[in-house]
Amino acid sequence: MAKLTFKTDKCKGCGLCVDVCPKKVLTLATDKINAKGHHPVEAVNEEACIACAFCATMCPDCIIKVER
Amino acid sequence: MADKVLMKGNEAIAEAAIIAGCRHYFGYPITPQTEIAAYMAKRMPKIGGCFLQAESEIAAINMVYGVASTGLRVMTSSSSPGISLKGEGLSYLAGADLPSLVINVQRGGPGLGGIQPSQSDYFQATKAGGHGDFRMLVLAPSSVQEMADLTVKGFELADKYRMTSMILADGTMGQMMEPVSLEYDIKPMPEKPWATTGTKMEREHNIVNSLFLQPDALEKSNLERFERYKYIEENEVMYEEYMMDDAEICIAAFGIAARVAKNAIVEARNKGIKVGMIRPITLWPFPTKAFEAAAEKAHTFISVELSMGQMLEDVKLATKCKGEYMLCSRVGGMIPSPEEVLAAIEKANGGAK
Amino acid sequence: MVVFEKPHALTDVPLHYCPGCTHGIVHRLVAEVIDELGIEGKTIGIAPVGCSVMAYNYFNCDMIEAAHGRAPAVATGVKRANPENIVFTYQGDGDLASIGMAETVHSAARNENITIIFINNAIYGMTGGQMAPTSLPGQITQTSPYGRDTNHCGFPIKVCEMLAQVDGAQYLERVAVNNVKNVKNAKKAIKKAFQNQVEGKGFSLVEVISTCPTNWGLTPKKALEWVDEKMIPYYPLGVYKDNTAEKEAE
Repeated sequence: MAKLTFKTDKCKGCGLCVDVCPKKVLTLATDKINAKGHHPVEAVNEEACIACAFCATMCPDCIIKVER
Repeated sequence: MADKVLMKGNEAIAEAAIIAGCRHYFGYPITPQTEIAAYMAKRMPKIGGCFLQAESEIAAINMVYGVASTGLRVMTSSSSPGISLKGEGLSYLAGADLPSLVINVQRGGPGLGGIQPSQSDYFQATKAGGHGDFRMLVLAPSSVQEMADLTVKGFELADKYRMTSMILADGTMGQMMEPVSLEYDIKPMPEKPWATTGTKMEREHNIVNSLFLQPDALEKSNLERFERYKYIEENEVMYEEYMMDDAEICIAAFGIAARVAKNAIVEARNKGIKVGMIRPITLWPFPTKAFEAAAEKAHTFISVELSMGQMLEDVKLATKCKGEYMLCSRVGGMIPSPEEVLAAIEKANGGAK
Repeated sequence: MVVFEKPHALTDVPLHYCPGCTHGIVHRLVAEVIDELGIEGKTIGIAPVGCSVMAYNYFNCDMIEAAHGRAPAVATGVKRANPENIVFTYQGDGDLASIGMAETVHSAARNENITIIFINNAIYGMTGGQMAPTSLPGQITQTSPYGRDTNHCGFPIKVCEMLAQVDGAQYLERVAVNNVKNVKNAKKAIKKAFQNQVEGKGFSLVEVISTCPTNWGLTPKKALEWVDEKMIPYYPLGVYKDNTAEKEAE
């Protein structure tokens, strides 16, 4: 099973990872605000993750670690 | 005694730089300093060095910035209009605390001016090399031997204080031929742990930089730099006193103007006039204390310059405007004659007798 | 098994770029390439003036901050001083194609064995969105508020096409980072541009079409689409010059 780790405090909530995910695993946590004042990304459907790393590929801030 | 060779001033600078360990030269053609580039173009390939003609003065000074970042000795040379273009790089070199040697073989200005000798970049060299609070060590040779000696000294001071040394010469000094001794005991360069030569994965990365977005950090870097400047002002002043023991009239002159003034002083002494000269060798740091001491005895200061009195301002400041002041200058590429200087001395002495 | 993580050559310092700005992707690609080639210990990066002015904080290799537009001249000095170092510049469009055009063209003409990563986002980002040398005809910016009028202020400069005419330039490719496929191609180009230097093959420049959501006035997602709709049609992707294959055959 794939495992996603986020450096949540460095997330700027741009959402590029959310848009690119083919399995709709990710969302911006509108109920949370990180240290930078953004709604950070979180995995809401991690079991669907296929570890394609598209999210990490498009993340400008390099906050996502993908393991399989 | 060491063997002497007959050399042009410009060539003496180039050879002395090589002796001092400089293996990288970047420049852009401009009269009257081209012999330096031509000499380097011939010599550097034979000694494993790098001569490169840059696309502009701006590019040349930034190539200097690149080599200086690696900790190696590096130089560029130009003449007045080209030095204006280098002003940007001079400021960045200062901001990043990088050592370098810059030669200005001055010509008349402003603008394109002329190609004949001048000293009208005194302000630029000593006070306003570029934007921001910074200084350069400004060395003013008055003989071909000094062109060489101060080049070696310039590299040593630049490395010691992590700043730019500028040789402020002029077209006459550059073209003049004199016998020179080029025997130097070159000291090893100081360690440069800040140099960007690759981390080799053994240390944190080095950053060469002049950007400080936090004002308190920028202020701190300026204050630290000026502590260094203060130390230099107390320890690195160089000047020559000539017949100053009993002088009632004190000439201030550097470079070619000092050579002319010496002839006039000999003539005036023959006429019984008590005149001497203080010749700054470092224009920054300026020999303030020497002038201050002279003001105890001398009633008049005559600044002999190839500018409209740029150094005269520093003479007045050093002597706290205690005396009488005269300017004896020619500009635009003209040089005052010994007769003109003598006339000024006689005028200061109460008129020709 | 780790599928993806931060490359070592990238520091842990948080990037100062706006949300969704693709500078960060390009930084990461450069760092991945440095890792993969095992050259971090001998690489010297030159940061420009512009949005990426603080790139010196983001790479673990030695870094130098250059004056605006002068990075290729600084890189020339560094490379001439220590040819065994791998020297790259990272420059934006204002830095490289406006104020630093002479340094760019002449470092290419001299075939300096350096690598230039050129970020083209058609705007001056750091100063708040003024017209760049690469701003598109009609593009609205702070200093072209009625759209870039080519009769008044001329046409955008196509850097890869222009440098392709310079004999000294060895490898020129334009890539984009607006989708996964393009990012992967960009990585290949950047890797080749560094590999060329390692192998002594000479001047290599990769132009990366990047985004500026803030100054384009678009969301990060829309900015990626704008690259496809507006930028790539004007700045076609592809290899504009590659002399390095010839050199291999020699």
